[in-house]
Amino acid sequence: MRKLSARLSARLSARLSAGRRRRVAGLVVVASALLLTGGTYAVLSPATAQDDLAADAALVDRGRELFLVGCSSCHGKNAEGIMTSDGTQYGPSLVGVGAAAVDFQVGTGRMPLAQPGVQAPKKDALYTPEETRALAAYVASLGPGPAIPEETKYDLEEVDEEGIVRGGQFFLTNCTACHNFAGAGGALPEGKYAPSLSGVAPKAMYEAMLTGPQQMPVFSDQVITPEDKENVIAYVKSLEEEPSYGGFALGSYGPVAEGMFAWLLGIGALVGFAVWIGANSVRSKKGTKA
Amino acid sequence: MSERRDNEMAVPGNDDATLDPHSAQSGDPIDNPGLPAHRPRPTDIDRAAEKRAERQVAGMFGLATLCALLFGVAYFTLDIGEDPDTFLGLGASNLALGLALGLALLLIGVGAVQWARKLMSDHEIVEMRHPVASSEEDRTATLAALRQGTDDSGIARRPLIRNSLLGAVAALGIPAVLPLRDLGPLPGTALEETVWKPGMRVVNDVSGLAIKPAQVQVGQLVNAEPAVFFARDEEGEPLLEGPALQAAKVKAAVILVKIEPEQINALPARADWGVEGILCYSKICTHVGCPISLYEQQTRHVLCPCHQSTFDLADNAKVLFGPAARPLPQLPIGLDDQGYLVATSGFQEPVGPSFWERGDR
Repeated sequence: MRKLSARLSARLSARLSAGRRRRVAGLVVVASALLLTGGTYAVLSPATAQDDLAADAALVDRGRELFLVGCSSCHGKNAEGIMTSDGTQYGPSLVGVGAAAVDFQVGTGRMPLAQPGVQAPKKDALYTPEETRALAAYVASLGPGPAIPEETKYDLEEVDEEGIVRGGQFFLTNCTACHNFAGAGGALPEGKYAPSLSGVAPKAMYEAMLTGPQQMPVFSDQVITPEDKENVIAYVKSLEEEPSYGGFALGSYGPVAEGMFAWLLGIGALVGFAVWIGANSVRSKKGTKA
Repeated sequence: MSERRDNEMAVPGNDDATLDPHSAQSGDPIDNPGLPAHRPRPTDIDRAAEKRAERQVAGMFGLATLCALLFGVAYFTLDIGEDPDTFLGLGASNLALGLALGLALLLIGVGAVQWARKLMSDHEIVEMRHPVASSEEDRTATLAALRQGTDDSGIARRPLIRNSLLGAVAALGIPAVLPLRDLGPLPGTALEETVWKPGMRVVNDVSGLAIKPAQVQVGQLVNAEPAVFFARDEEGEPLLEGPALQAAKVKAAVILVKIEPEQINALPARADWGVEGILCYSKICTHVGCPISLYEQQTRHVLCPCHQSTFDLADNAKVLFGPAARPLPQLPIGLDDQGYLVATSGFQEPVGPSFWERGDR
């Protein structure tokens, strides 16, 4: 296939350079460039492609049943979303969020919510993997959205040292603002937070970047390519294995935590020593009698 | 306690009298109660306790020596670098070196304190206050010496020498002040300009990939840079690198977000500054210039990690909270003929924190 296209393009370019002055040449170049761009785009944009989960009618039906029982009270009977009387969202519309969003939210236990709050916390998953898949199929059937990524995109098998370094650059540019330089997580306004990335499954990280759950922004596959997403995940995983060489990491929260320990424990111990040095030494009662 | 006679001290102004610090003194408006009775320490009267304390102190100094030797052993035996030895997930070398050195210093210190508290001679000392001024005699002598110096040098009689000396000392100010010039040059208009130019592509940071509107989804955040940071000259060398790149980057970094167009409340003059809900703002906080990318996609707020300044990107980056005094500057963007996002002009106001010459802009 590759040989064929190479031969074709060689012949084409030979022909084109032979007749470069011809009027047709410009048209041919433009047309082929357009075809190439469109074709590549169609192949490389899985984020907006319908995935085959939605094509499985039985699975979609099963998902719809589960949805009506477990999700519709907040998200509406047709996943169209429910607004509260003061105009805020009770449960957002799920049309077009895609299977990846369902797989992330339900698979990590964030949905269904135990109670309304500023943020859905991670907890034990309530649905089995098969049920999660059915729910994902139903939501994917509502409108095109990001599909559940294939395992090859996050199995980290092809990531070498160079990839980890590159992943680190992406991580420091795009992720550290919220998730901390060591992936330890951090606080957001009004009680929200960016969770710690330690121990998070590579698939969940990939889906989170792809779909932007809750306050997290979306990092689409066209802007941060699948290879670079895999590099970022490999970098986060490499952080987990890193020994804390300099001593206790204190949660990797940086100078604030370290300063607190230095001032309270370190300076506290020094003050204790100073008090001990200045304290009266033991005196003998016998001495007064002598 | 007859051996403590040397404890008694001289009474100021009366060389013949002595003063026992432990006895009450009368004559002041409030009687000096004296120090409490001296009570010896166990080590003063018990030979066994004294020997024990001696062994304790010597033991601590001995342990300190041992720790110093352990430091040496750890230094040579524990691996560092590429594949370091670890202990409980911590770097074994760091841990051992730190513990050994810390314990050695601590044991020397504690030993010295114990030595002073238990074994060094134990008697109370009183130091009486005395006038701060020197005696009348000393003061007269000093003034006389000064006056004689002035007379002998003849500085008052020879104004030519005096004035030329003053001039020479004043001129030393020149070498002191002149090198300050090397702190410059003055920034000129550098604070008001960035590398953004009309038609320059907005590209993804790190990868340098150009961006099309269709690739950006609602809720997306792109940490972006001007394309010139990834441009290369004819020889394949980067156009900008090193300090020049850093200096350009601290001003030109931007964030690109996509917001549902009906949620955007753009100023009339900025109606065409975005593309399909994609807006581009400076990444540099207007307070003290920290890079901001903590973006909440549901509230569309961006929060500065340094001092919690919060900006509403859907409302022209208006300041909602925190010490920042002005909104983040917005970069007007459009499309080039290949459909990639480009700046349609540079920033129309200086980016980053305020500075003196910025005025009210």
